[in-house]
Amino acid sequence: MTSPDPRAPRDQASWAKPVDRLTTTASGAASDTVTGRRVAGPVQGFGQLWQKSFAVRIPSDEHSPEAVVAHWKERFPTFWPRGARFYAPLAGISPGEVALLEVAPVPGSPVKMSTGVMVIYVDHESFTFMTPEGHALAAWITFSAYRDGDDTVAQAQALERTSDPLVELSYLLGANRANDGFWEQTLANLARSLGVAEPVVQSTRVCVDKRRQWRYASNVRHSPAVHMTVSTLTAPARWVRRRRVTG
Amino acid sequence: MTDTTIDVSRDGPTAILRVRGEITSGSESALMAAYGQAAGAKAVVLDFASLEYMNSGGIGLLVTLLVRAQRDGQRLFAVGLSEHYRQILALTRLDEAIAIHDSETAALAAASA
Repeated sequence: MTSPDPRAPRDQASWAKPVDRLTTTASGAASDTVTGRRVAGPVQGFGQLWQKSFAVRIPSDEHSPEAVVAHWKERFPTFWPRGARFYAPLAGISPGEVALLEVAPVPGSPVKMSTGVMVIYVDHESFTFMTPEGHALAAWITFSAYRDGDDTVAQAQALERTSDPLVELSYLLGANRANDGFWEQTLANLARSLGVAEPVVQSTRVCVDKRRQWRYASNVRHSPAVHMTVSTLTAPARWVRRRRVTG
Repeated sequence: MTDTTIDVSRDGPTAILRVRGEITSGSESALMAAYGQAAGAKAVVLDFASLEYMNSGGIGLLVTLLVRAQRDGQRLFAVGLSEHYRQILALTRLDEAIAIHDSETAALAAASA
C-alpha cells in the first residue's frame, strides 16, 4: 500500500480528473445520451446566469452535516420528485462518475428527456455535479450540509445558465420556477427521510449575469428536444426510403 | 473558517491578485474586496502560486469573478497554477474563459498586447 503524497493538496482526492468525452457505468435508463459528450458548465451556457440556493433545517443533535451528506449521497435517487429518475453509476457518487437521468422537460409531461451529470467534486460535507452538452442547463450544482446553531442545514446550490435559446425561452415562460420547485421538493423529501415532519425549504434566486451568451446559441444542436422533433418530422421520409430499398 | 489572503498590486493597467491559502465559498468577501481594488484595470492577473486548497464553492466564486470582469470589460488571466489546479480549470472548462500562463511575466505581456 502506498502512502499519500504529503505534498499533494488536500483537495486532490475530492476532484475528478478532466476528461475529453464522457462515459458512464450507469444502467437502466431508456437511453444514454451522455456517452461521447463533453461537460458544459456555466461558462458554456447560453442564457442568463442564475445562482440558486435551496436549504432545509434538520435537528443536528440527531444528524451531523457529515451524516446528512452521507445519507444524501447513498440514497440520492429516492429524494427526487415523482416522475424523475436518477440512474447512479456503479461506483456511486464518486469523483469522475457519470449518472444518467430521465426528467420531464415540463413538469407533469409524459415525455421524458434523457440526460446525465458528471460528479466533479466530493468531500465529507459536499458533492458537486456538472451537466453535459445536451442537458437543458449548463450548470454546476453543489449539495452540502453545515451546522447552524442547533440545526444542520442541508442545501443545494446551483450556478446555472440555460443551454440554448429554446430552453431560455421555456425558462422565461415558467420552467425556471418549475426547476426551483424540483429542488424544493427534493430538499423536503430529504428532510422527511431524516425525521423532519414538516420541512420548510428556504429558496433564494439571484440573476448574477443578465446577459445572454449569443456565441453559445448554437448549443441548440445538442438539444434532445430538437433531435426528437427532427426525428419525428423526418420519420415519413425515412419510412419511404426503407420501402424503396426493401421493395 | 476559510483562510484566504489576497494581496493586490498594479503593473501599469493590469491588476495582480496574489491568492494565499484557500478558496471556498467562504472566500467571497476577501476575493470581491480584492477585486474591488482592481477597479479601472484593463486586465486582472490571478496568481495562484500560494493556493493550498480549493473546493467546488471556490470554483463557483471564480465564475462570479469572471462575470464581473467581463461586465467591466476586463480580461482575466491565471498564473502559478500547479498541475492539480490546472486540471480543475480544465475539468470545469473555466480555462476557456480564463487565460492560463506559466509566469506572471507572460501574463503581463499577454495583457498588454
